[in-house]
Amino acid sequence: MTPSDPGRGPLHLAAALDLPGVFDAAPYTELARLAESGALDFVTLGDSFARHGPDALAVLARVAPKTGRVGLVPTVTTTHTEPFHVQAAVATLDWVSHGRAGWHVAVSATEAEARLFGRRRVASREALWREAGEVADVARRLWDSWEDDAEIRDAATGRFIDRDKLHHVDFTGGTFSVRGPSIVPRPPQGHPVVVVDATDGHTRETAARHADVALVRAASPARADAVRAELHRRAAQHGRRPGELRVLAALVVDLGGGEHAAQPGHGGGPLPTAEGPLYRGGPVDLAELIATWHGAGAVDGFHLTPVEPRRDLERLVNGTVALLQHRGLFRTFYPGATLRDHLGLTRPANRYAALAGDPT
Amino acid sequence: MTRTHSSKQMHLAAHFPGVNNTTVWTDPRSGSQIDFASFEHLARTAERGLFDYFFLAEGLRLREHKGRIHDLDVVGRPESITVLNALAAVTDRLGLAATVNATFNEPYELARRLASLDHLSGGRAAWNVVTSSDAFTGENFRRGGFLDRADRYTRAAEFVATARELWDTWPPAGPDGPPGAPHPFTHRGQHFDIAGEFGVERSPQGHPVVIQAGDSPEGREFAASAADVVFTRHGTLEAGRAFYADVKGRLAAYGRAPDDLKIMPGVTVVLGDTAAEAQERAAEIRRLQVSPQNAILAAEQVWGVDLSGHDPEGPLPAVDPDPHSDLVQGRVGVGDPSAVAERWRALSRAKGLSLHQTVLETTARQSFVGTPDAVAGQLTEFVAADAADGFILVPHLTPGGLDEFVERVVPLLQERGVFRTEYAGTTLRSHLGLPEPVRKG
Repeated sequence: MTPSDPGRGPLHLAAALDLPGVFDAAPYTELARLAESGALDFVTLGDSFARHGPDALAVLARVAPKTGRVGLVPTVTTTHTEPFHVQAAVATLDWVSHGRAGWHVAVSATEAEARLFGRRRVASREALWREAGEVADVARRLWDSWEDDAEIRDAATGRFIDRDKLHHVDFTGGTFSVRGPSIVPRPPQGHPVVVVDATDGHTRETAARHADVALVRAASPARADAVRAELHRRAAQHGRRPGELRVLAALVVDLGGGEHAAQPGHGGGPLPTAEGPLYRGGPVDLAELIATWHGAGAVDGFHLTPVEPRRDLERLVNGTVALLQHRGLFRTFYPGATLRDHLGLTRPANRYAALAGDPT
Repeated sequence: MTRTHSSKQMHLAAHFPGVNNTTVWTDPRSGSQIDFASFEHLARTAERGLFDYFFLAEGLRLREHKGRIHDLDVVGRPESITVLNALAAVTDRLGLAATVNATFNEPYELARRLASLDHLSGGRAAWNVVTSSDAFTGENFRRGGFLDRADRYTRAAEFVATARELWDTWPPAGPDGPPGAPHPFTHRGQHFDIAGEFGVERSPQGHPVVIQAGDSPEGREFAASAADVVFTRHGTLEAGRAFYADVKGRLAAYGRAPDDLKIMPGVTVVLGDTAAEAQERAAEIRRLQVSPQNAILAAEQVWGVDLSGHDPEGPLPAVDPDPHSDLVQGRVGVGDPSAVAERWRALSRAKGLSLHQTVLETTARQSFVGTPDAVAGQLTEFVAADAADGFILVPHLTPGGLDEFVERVVPLLQERGVFRTEYAGTTLRSHLGLPEPVRKG
């Protein structure tokens, strides 16, 4: 364990719901409810403008009223979108889900996506991630642009809000500027949970500065641990405590085999593939892998992407998760209401409220 | 029952109470403008009343007054399309209309979001196309800056046409299986130069319903060429008939039939057990809508000068309005401040009214005030006289502002045979009796 390591905390589990080419709400709702029955921290739905499928944030907003506790984390890209709209949509997802929203930050790096908008040329991934960091930054400022108690409804003075508790953010980034404040009052979680895939080097700075949850596609606990240590070190440079950042190993899982059917030849561990580390085997061995990696303090949990969601998520929840619960390694119910509660993350203080108390 | 099946049928929609002084927040029954429960209550009530659709406005910049956030009305709202996707989970038939600006969005993304809503709601999506041009709003967006009035409409028209091109790229799904492959699109125009493949299959309505608001000649022409519904503000029977005839008369030039475009004015309704009680309630609502502070603000909007030291219960300002003032940002300005000031002064002199009383007196009366039976009769007459095809109700209370209308007026409209007693179809297009969009491959 590195000195910055906060030690082994509770295990966190998340699952991807991706169903390519599915446009009906029902299958997504069904899978999200299944994940909720396993008390998973959150579900994700990937997205890009080149994807064949509905808008991910829309799908999870549609799922929100049909679920009660599970966190809802759509991918929303930052390259061809308006930062102001993005933060408003994510804040609104937090309102309609009563504090269960997250946002998986991603960029649009292809020429094909740029042609769909015709506004900008393709930029390098480094530049796109620099911009993504700025979008995450301004989003969090805009979520703070309303103090929690800004709405006063004071009939005596006729004032609905205390306007001293609303703030222009006056953000100027490399490619955009936003005046603020947000149109949406501060969301229930203060800040919806920001998720960044920190596997690639050029995403780590954004993850270290702005992410609440970092995903690391790692085929071994040693690899995951190394990235986690780097993220904690960088986060500390930005004045963040390591405990403010959860690092989850991201694995693709194929549970098509039997109970104990980890693919021979890789000892039950994941195999590196083009789509990321792939675990192929049974739900029992997957539980063993999760317990081992987490027990070693390499990761705070796992984000699992089933290759066949309808089949594998059922096996994951009723097999792997049930086993982990039986061993006392994973929660059997949600003690809290919000995604931050599930993740053990505090509700962030409002940066502007701190300033308001300062007479200067 | 006196049902006559030949009667022209009425369409009804409900607007979520907005961020202007129509919405009363000092009433003890006034609930949250942001909690999902408020949206759910209003939408479920509208669906119980078999309304065609539920309508959300959009905010892109909080209003400012004298360089500070305007604080006298409801402030803050969620992002429309996200709320409507959530409402799709708790309603079954109700249309779901989002106001989205064509100036500060891009066709690919918005077409995708609207088509997604249409899929996720089983064919209930609508888009109220609005435009804006002010640099004030632009300060929140990459695009920034100013778009002149003419370009606002050419951009909006090209935006809608482009969205329709994208929605047409996928063939409809067959009864037994998935659709065939989409064709790629290429659009090169004055405002947009885009190409690629649209990621969303053809949605249940083909094209979400397009709503347009705007009374200018450009707005009317745009509506006649491209919209399915017009949201107007013509509150009187005569003004309504003139507008209706004008807009419907423009349709033929685009090869469209009069029924292909529905005209729905935004209206307010106050009910009472007697006519006198309804009038009293209407006056009380106006008093709640126009606080003394709101009256000062209204006067500042006309005079364009700071009147914060002015006594609202005293006379009108003695000075003349400043026509070049930029005191007020983020809302529609007063057309001719000098003329308005003159009218107010004449009224104040004639009746001996204070500033506050003058503003109250000039505040628009509610559109329909009376007993449920009288209101049902007036609404029916409005539609029968071709002053409207239906109404967008704008309640003054969140979330209960629609309850009384649905409980007391809708049954009377049904008895008169002018409003549905059940939803015949599942899509908004079917509620509105609109034709299927013709797919241009």
